[in-house]
Amino acid sequence: MDHLSIEKHIASQFNDDLEGIRTRLFEMGGRVEEQLKNALKAIRDADSEIAATVIKNEELIDDMEIRIDEDCLLIIARRQPAASDLRLIISVGRAVTDLERVGDEAKKIAQLAVELTEQGPAPRGYSEVRHIGKSVQQMLHNSLDAFARYDVDAALETLREDDQIDRDYESAIRELMTFMMEDPRSIRRVMNIMWAIRSLERIGDHARNLCEHVVFVVKGKDIRHGNDEV
Amino acid sequence: MTTDANFELTNHKTVGVIETEQAKMKMRNVNIFYGDNQAIHDVSIDIGKNEVLAMIGPSGCGKSTFLRSLNRMNDTVDSCRIEGSVLLDQDDIYHQSMDPVSLRARVGMVFQKPNPFPKSIYDNIVYGPRLHGLVDSKVDMDELVETSLKRAGLWQEVKDRLKSPGTGLSGGQQQRLCIARAIAVQPEVILMDEPCSALDPIATAKIEELIQELSDNYTIAIVTHSMQQAARVSQRTAYFHLGKLIEVNPTEKVFTMPEHQLTEAYITGRFG
Repeated sequence: MDHLSIEKHIASQFNDDLEGIRTRLFEMGGRVEEQLKNALKAIRDADSEIAATVIKNEELIDDMEIRIDEDCLLIIARRQPAASDLRLIISVGRAVTDLERVGDEAKKIAQLAVELTEQGPAPRGYSEVRHIGKSVQQMLHNSLDAFARYDVDAALETLREDDQIDRDYESAIRELMTFMMEDPRSIRRVMNIMWAIRSLERIGDHARNLCEHVVFVVKGKDIRHGNDEV
Repeated sequence: MTTDANFELTNHKTVGVIETEQAKMKMRNVNIFYGDNQAIHDVSIDIGKNEVLAMIGPSGCGKSTFLRSLNRMNDTVDSCRIEGSVLLDQDDIYHQSMDPVSLRARVGMVFQKPNPFPKSIYDNIVYGPRLHGLVDSKVDMDELVETSLKRAGLWQEVKDRLKSPGTGLSGGQQQRLCIARAIAVQPEVILMDEPCSALDPIATAKIEELIQELSDNYTIAIVTHSMQQAARVSQRTAYFHLGKLIEVNPTEKVFTMPEHQLTEAYITGRFG
């Protein structure tokens, strides 16, 4: 069942419905990636204007989540899907929750960017944000890509990137804590950077979840909570 | 996909698990022919004690033919010939010493269309048991009628009109009457051939509820066109295709993660 074809239902409307939720999922994914990109730009360039856009656009992501969730419900009610169709719908439902959370984290980062522009830049932490931000963006992109292509191998590879992100996160936190101990006057500003890094780390976790959903759709195997034998 | 899959089917081996821990019926290498046409190809499967086994598959896949072979209903079809073994407990039901009439008391059948006898509700129930000499006194018969109807979930609805004709009941009630009639002879196995396809959703829900309850005491094999029904009532599901048993697996597996691509294609509505 490695190759999933969803063009072949007898009821062509069913095909269209399934294609529809997939398409909207990836639209949402693209939108969320955009949000993350802009949030990182806002923090890096101390650009409160772009930060404001991110905060405002978060609503659109929420709307998309609700819309896709409704579509999934409707398909379940109308078609009583089974097997790979059922797994797809359940996974899309889970994936939109993850994407919405990524949207929330992006919004948080944008809010922190606003605070940092008001308080003046933090003396440390930008290179960590840039580094982890880049890994997380790449990971999110790869996980959506693996979902679009039902590519289990790519999903598993992407999933493992999260470990490196977690390590980078730990070491960034350690470093910034040390810095704050040396210079307590900077605590407030450095803390904002730390929250941003924390948000990035969370986004990595959501990207990891997306990869797990891919494995569930294609293989029917639930690898959440550390059980990643496929 | 269908063409490729058909090609693979020439040497198909059933995927999944055909055995059960406590087999009530054991079918091995069953082939069924109508004249020169082979309707069932080398099917082996167990039905476990107190299990509900659902058999699904597209029209003409042989699932009904196979079901009917389990209590020798095909005997009445002259051109029908069966090879292989069908065991009920340890007894070969096709052995010459096996009396088809007493076999059918042990393995009862409920059909697609409710078919009560043109008699009273009461007589519908006692007809079989009387024939098999299970009851003779009025007291025993009264009791049997009550327990059978209660088990079939029909007692409350008909207890005040046991003498009125069974054919006067609604479709769903008639079907439950047929189930009551089937269990009145205390069978060990109940075969059901699309028992709900002529019923409305509420009557269907009642029959499904009943199937679940009956499985405490009986072994049940059900042929159904409704995949959701199979998913709801059965513990194991067997998927037939062109006379072959493609896959047998626990129902939850079949409906979430079928092993064979044909099963997947059928239950997701990609052909039928």
